[in-house]
Amino acid sequence: MPLKRKIDQHNRSKSTKKKEKDENTSETSGEEKRVQCIFKSESGETDGAPFELPIDISKEKLQLVFDAVIQNEDKVPYSFFVNGVEISESLIKTVGEDVIQKTEATIEIVYQPQAVFRVRAVTRCTSSLEGHADAVLHVAFSPDGRHLASGSGDTTVRLWDINTETPEFRCKGHQHWVLFLTWSPDGRKLASGCKGGKICLWNPQTGKQIARPLTGHTDYISTLAWKPLHLDSECRYLASSSKDQTIRIWDVIAFKTHIIISGHSGHISFVKWGGSDLLYSASHDRTIKVWRATDGVFCRNLEGHGHWVNTLALSTDYVMRTGAFEPADAKIVHQPITDTAEELSRKAKERYLSTLAIGGAQGGMERLVSGSDDATMFLWKPEDSKKPVARMTGHQKPVNEVKFSPDTRLIASASFDKFVKLWDGFTGAFVATLRGHVNMVYQVSWSADSRLLVSGSKDSTLKVWKVQDKSLLGDLPGHADEVFAVDWSPDGQRVVSGGKDKVLKIWRA
Amino acid sequence: MPQNEYIELHTKRHGRRLDYEEKKRKKEARMPHELAEKAKKLRGIKAKIYNKRRHAEKVQMKKTIKMHEEKKTKQKAADTDGRFGNPAYLLERENQIRAKVLSNTIKQKRKEKAGKWDVPIPKVKGVSEAEVFKVVKTGKTKRKAWKRMVTKVTYVGDGFTRKPVKFERFIRPMALRFKKANVTHPELKASFFLPIIGVKKNPSSVMYTSLGVITKGTIIEVNISELGLVTNAGKIVWGKYAQVTNNPENDGCINAVLLV
Repeated sequence: MPLKRKIDQHNRSKSTKKKEKDENTSETSGEEKRVQCIFKSESGETDGAPFELPIDISKEKLQLVFDAVIQNEDKVPYSFFVNGVEISESLIKTVGEDVIQKTEATIEIVYQPQAVFRVRAVTRCTSSLEGHADAVLHVAFSPDGRHLASGSGDTTVRLWDINTETPEFRCKGHQHWVLFLTWSPDGRKLASGCKGGKICLWNPQTGKQIARPLTGHTDYISTLAWKPLHLDSECRYLASSSKDQTIRIWDVIAFKTHIIISGHSGHISFVKWGGSDLLYSASHDRTIKVWRATDGVFCRNLEGHGHWVNTLALSTDYVMRTGAFEPADAKIVHQPITDTAEELSRKAKERYLSTLAIGGAQGGMERLVSGSDDATMFLWKPEDSKKPVARMTGHQKPVNEVKFSPDTRLIASASFDKFVKLWDGFTGAFVATLRGHVNMVYQVSWSADSRLLVSGSKDSTLKVWKVQDKSLLGDLPGHADEVFAVDWSPDGQRVVSGGKDKVLKIWRA
Repeated sequence: MPQNEYIELHTKRHGRRLDYEEKKRKKEARMPHELAEKAKKLRGIKAKIYNKRRHAEKVQMKKTIKMHEEKKTKQKAADTDGRFGNPAYLLERENQIRAKVLSNTIKQKRKEKAGKWDVPIPKVKGVSEAEVFKVVKTGKTKRKAWKRMVTKVTYVGDGFTRKPVKFERFIRPMALRFKKANVTHPELKASFFLPIIGVKKNPSSVMYTSLGVITKGTIIEVNISELGLVTNAGKIVWGKYAQVTNNPENDGCINAVLLV
């Protein structure tokens, strides 16, 4: 068994290895074509000397070889790439036949760690929650997935009990459609913005409004963003963007406007609060502006889009949204949070830094992706420069939503051209198109392990996509009308969707 | 009979009597009194008819007055948001996107037989065979009269090939064949130029249906995939029925209303 010998030699030279793994790899017969391979991490460091592998080695066996070479004790699953193409079946299928001609060349196999836990794909609707008297416009799970809130055109916010799947609280306070909801990263407050320009804060335990509404905006609220937990342990500051061309930062303990930022010459469509305490705002005036959140000073102008900028996403969005909650530790029965605010903040900081570290040299910094009405997207490193990293073209209609995967390696974009597209999260290179919807795709949501994606569309269905195969995993019909809002709970248990048919649907595995 | 507007011409040339305006005003002022007198005096059926007409006039007048008053008073500005809530990402786009879009909430009715529908034109005037078919005389001495030519608009499917002359009983002229129709969506108040899929029912006769004759009131099936309606399962609705509202043979186009 030449392969076994090769690996054994290699292992002897490096360290002592478990024998049973090598037994598994020795199944492949001897008289096959082999190629020189070398493992390489994402940051470009090679591990060990090159060695020979049979060209038809399967993905599972490659993992075993890898475990032996890299001493992968924790059994972390990895995915392998050759020239940016993932090895999904076997090496030969990915590399292609032309590699046989030049067997002298060494193939570099890049490995990426995957999430240790797995989220099961949702397949069925467990309940249709009725109650809203008008279209459901936004839904949001709390950072630990314990609470669910929905905002509707009937001017109410509703909180739902996700264990019994029944209505819990009906929060009245707005006078106009509730357009946007966001949970504070410690999960103790819920902020909602309405078309009348009012922001209300709610206590999810009691369903009561906290103090009085925050007023000041003269036109509707497009988005809200909390200051990340690792910067603000008591969740004191909230940013809001509005059609009245201003961003306001609110102090939600003193209940007053902290800073008013103006500078855009068009309707502000999105605001994001970055992990390095910068504010990013996208506007219909075709620019993205970067502000220092502490004093509202203008830092940078990111130009490039030719039409309205609709949406923004940060590579650290998911980790900042979930705050101190680690999806890998999610329990089916929720544990009460006993940590103090400082501890939670410290945990959030650890998680934030570990997310930044993903990707080695390519990562290390927050990345921003923006989607626009000119059907393109731009990838930026806004902390560093005002030049885009990449311009991502391929969509044919306005891009409505972009989302980074929780491990920041992929970007999913939903567009009005009926397609969801996947892009490389570091370089912005095109990865795949997910075809299946027959009408405009409004929203997408990642599962916490970055392996699955759910999209909601105007064609009244949700579709679950498997990212690894770039294929449709399941179709979730059931809504009677357009699906406006989709969210996958951070603990991976549920997907919630709401739409024009006034019904909230909960989907489970 | 007067051959010209000679009175107007005379007025133009010579002007009116000096007291014309005053007499006119007085006559008009006296008019209600005279009418009231007449209403009192009339008896029997004449009175009934007369009073009915007076009552209708009075109602009409009140309505007109009310309309004028409404015009004068200031109205509260109508809510332009529409009936349904929209998410923030669609708020600025209503004009662009909504123009061609239908709501699925407008429930799609079950597939029923065409005759049972509550159609826009419920009573269709029958069209006689003599009107639809023109007899074509054939044979060397033009003695035979078994051949008919359809004189109305028809829909002929794509795969149709004409039969040999000997066997072709009905001729559907090329000039009267239509492939597309202007279909109006009643809720949306928008029209689309859609391809016809088939003739579902011509209420005048089963034979017309099978021949594909399209007259006023005919139910046709149209291809609405361009409109982007979807079913609950997320599939695009393909065909839907529509009723023809005009006389296509007179107008040179087919106008129809979608049945929703």
